[in-house]
Amino acid sequence: MTVARVKPETRLTVSITILVVLVAGGVLAVSYEYYHWRPMQYMILATTTSTYDSGLLDYLIPVFESKYNIQVRILSKGTGESIEIAKRGDVDVVLVHAKTLEEAFVNEGYGVHRVGVMYNDFIVIGPKNDPAGIKGITNATTAFHKIVETGNQGRAIFISRADRSGTNAKELEIWTKINVKPSNKTYSWYLEAGAGMGTVLRMTNEKQAYTLTDRGTWVAFRDQLKNLEVLVEKDIILLNPYGVIPVNPQKYPQRNYKAAVAFAKFLISEERQRLIADFKKEGETLFFPMARDFGKATQLGFPNQAQEVAWYDTQDPLALQSTPFVTIAELSAFHNLEVNFSPSLICSWDGM
Amino acid sequence: MNPILEGLVKALWLLVSLDPEVYSIMFLSLRVSGIAVIIGAALSIPCGATIALRDFRGKRFLMSIINTLMGLPPVVVGLLVYLLLSTSGPLGPFQLLYTPTAMIIAQLIMVVPIIIGVTVSAVSAVDKGIREKVLSMGATGWQLTVTILREAKIGLLTALIVSFGAAISEVGAVMIVGGNIRWITRVLTTAIVFETELGEFGIALALGIILLLLAFIINWVLTQLQWSGLRR
Repeated sequence: MTVARVKPETRLTVSITILVVLVAGGVLAVSYEYYHWRPMQYMILATTTSTYDSGLLDYLIPVFESKYNIQVRILSKGTGESIEIAKRGDVDVVLVHAKTLEEAFVNEGYGVHRVGVMYNDFIVIGPKNDPAGIKGITNATTAFHKIVETGNQGRAIFISRADRSGTNAKELEIWTKINVKPSNKTYSWYLEAGAGMGTVLRMTNEKQAYTLTDRGTWVAFRDQLKNLEVLVEKDIILLNPYGVIPVNPQKYPQRNYKAAVAFAKFLISEERQRLIADFKKEGETLFFPMARDFGKATQLGFPNQAQEVAWYDTQDPLALQSTPFVTIAELSAFHNLEVNFSPSLICSWDGM
Repeated sequence: MNPILEGLVKALWLLVSLDPEVYSIMFLSLRVSGIAVIIGAALSIPCGATIALRDFRGKRFLMSIINTLMGLPPVVVGLLVYLLLSTSGPLGPFQLLYTPTAMIIAQLIMVVPIIIGVTVSAVSAVDKGIREKVLSMGATGWQLTVTILREAKIGLLTALIVSFGAAISEVGAVMIVGGNIRWITRVLTTAIVFETELGEFGIALALGIILLLLAFIINWVLTQLQWSGLRR
C-alpha cells in the first residue's frame, strides 16, 4: 500500500460525503417507492405472443382501460406458460390458443366460462426451392408426411418451437395424426428450438427449413424472411381459435375476477368483434371474430359457446365503475392503507 | 442500413427526442437496480466487514458458499423469487409478483453475495498494523470501524460498482418476476430481449447502447468517489 495520501481531514470529508449521498439516495428512493405505491385497480392478462406482438391488444385494450378505469397489465408468453402461471393464480385471465390445454385448465377447475373470441390460421412455410415438394398441398398431414420422408433422406429440416406454445401444440397434434413422434434424438432433421415464433422464423430462414407458424406472425415478419414462402394453407386442421378464460374465483378469490369477466365480455361484444375484424396489418386481416358465430365456434372446439355468450351478456361490467370502488381507493390512499395487496378486496365492496 | 449503424443512430434519436417510453424504461432500470444495490449495500457491508474482522470456525467454508453464490445465475434467482411471490407461494398474500418491488427483491438476492464477497476481501486487505495503531491511540470501537472502512473505501466502492453492473445488465430474473409488462415492469434488458424477438434489431441495439451509457454515467460517479481524496 504505497498510495500517497492527502490530509486525513479531506478523507474524512469525502467519506462523510459518500455516506450522505448513499443515505440521501436511499431515502429518496424509498420515498419514491412509497409515493408510487398507490392502490389502483388493475388486472393481469396472460396471453400469447401472437396476439400481443401483432399489435391487436394495443389496439383494443386502451378502449377497455378508459371505459372501466382498470389498468390491463399484459404478460406475453406462450400458451403453455400462460396457462401454468394462471394455474398458480398469478394472473386474472388468459387469452390463449390450444384447445386441449384450455379444456384441461377448465376441467381441473382453474378456469371458468371459457369462450371463443376469434380465430386465424396456421400455415406451413418452407424454403422457396421446397425439397419436400409440398407447395400447394391443401392437406397439412400429407405435407408433414412428405417432410418426414425428405427429412429422412437428409434433404429437409423441420424446426419446432418446442416450447409448449399453442403453435407447438398444433404441430404435435399433426405429428400425432401421422404417428410420428419427432425429437432431436430420433430424427436428425427435426430441430427443437425452444424459442418464440419470431426467433424460430428467423432460424427457419437461416437454415432454409420448414416450420409451422400462425399467419399473423408470418405477416409481421415476412419482409425479413427472404428465403421462405407459404407452402401449405387452408386445411381445416390448421385453423387456430383463440379462447378467453377468467381464472376461477373460488380457487383464487384474491384475483380480480370481476375485471376478468368484464374483459372477456368486452372481447366478445359485437362492437369489439367488429373491431377485431377490421384490424389489419399490411392490408391483411389477421384475426376473424367468431364469438357470435356459434356454428363456427362449435366446429372450432367451443361446444358451449351459445350458453357462455348468453351468460356474459347477462353480466354487468358497469358494476366495476360504481362509486364505492373509487371512494374506497381514494380513502385508503389518503390513509395509506395497503389495500392494493389484494385487488379483489377492493372489488368486493362493489357487491355490498 | 447496417443494423449496427442503425442502432447508433436510433439510440441518439431516442435520447434526443425524449421518447417518454424509453425514458420510463431507463428510469425503471435505474430505480430497480439502484434500490437493490443501496439496500444490498446497507445489509451486506456490515456483514462483510464483520466476517472479515473476526476469526471463527467455518469461516473458509462460509466464504466458499458466499463466493459460490456470487455466481448465482439470475434466472435461478428469478425462478426462486417467482415461486416465493406467486399467489400459490408462501408470500402470495402480498401480491408482489409482476411489480417493480418483486424485481428489486430478485436483484437484491443477486447483489448481496457479491457485495459481501468483495467487502470481505477489501476489509481483509486493510493492514493489521493500522488497526493496532488506531487502537493504541485510544480509539473507540466506532472510530476503529470508521477508520477501517475508510481504508477499505476503494474495495467497498468496487463492490457497489460490480453489483450495480451485475444488476442493471441482468435479464433472467427481472423477466420472470417482472413479466416485461409495458410501462410497469419493462426495463432496458427485458426491452432488448423483446425487441430482438420482434426482429427490431436496430431498436434493440439502441437500447443496449443506452444501457451502456447509463452504466457509464453511474460508474463515472462511483469511480470519482472511489478515488477522491487519493492522489493518482
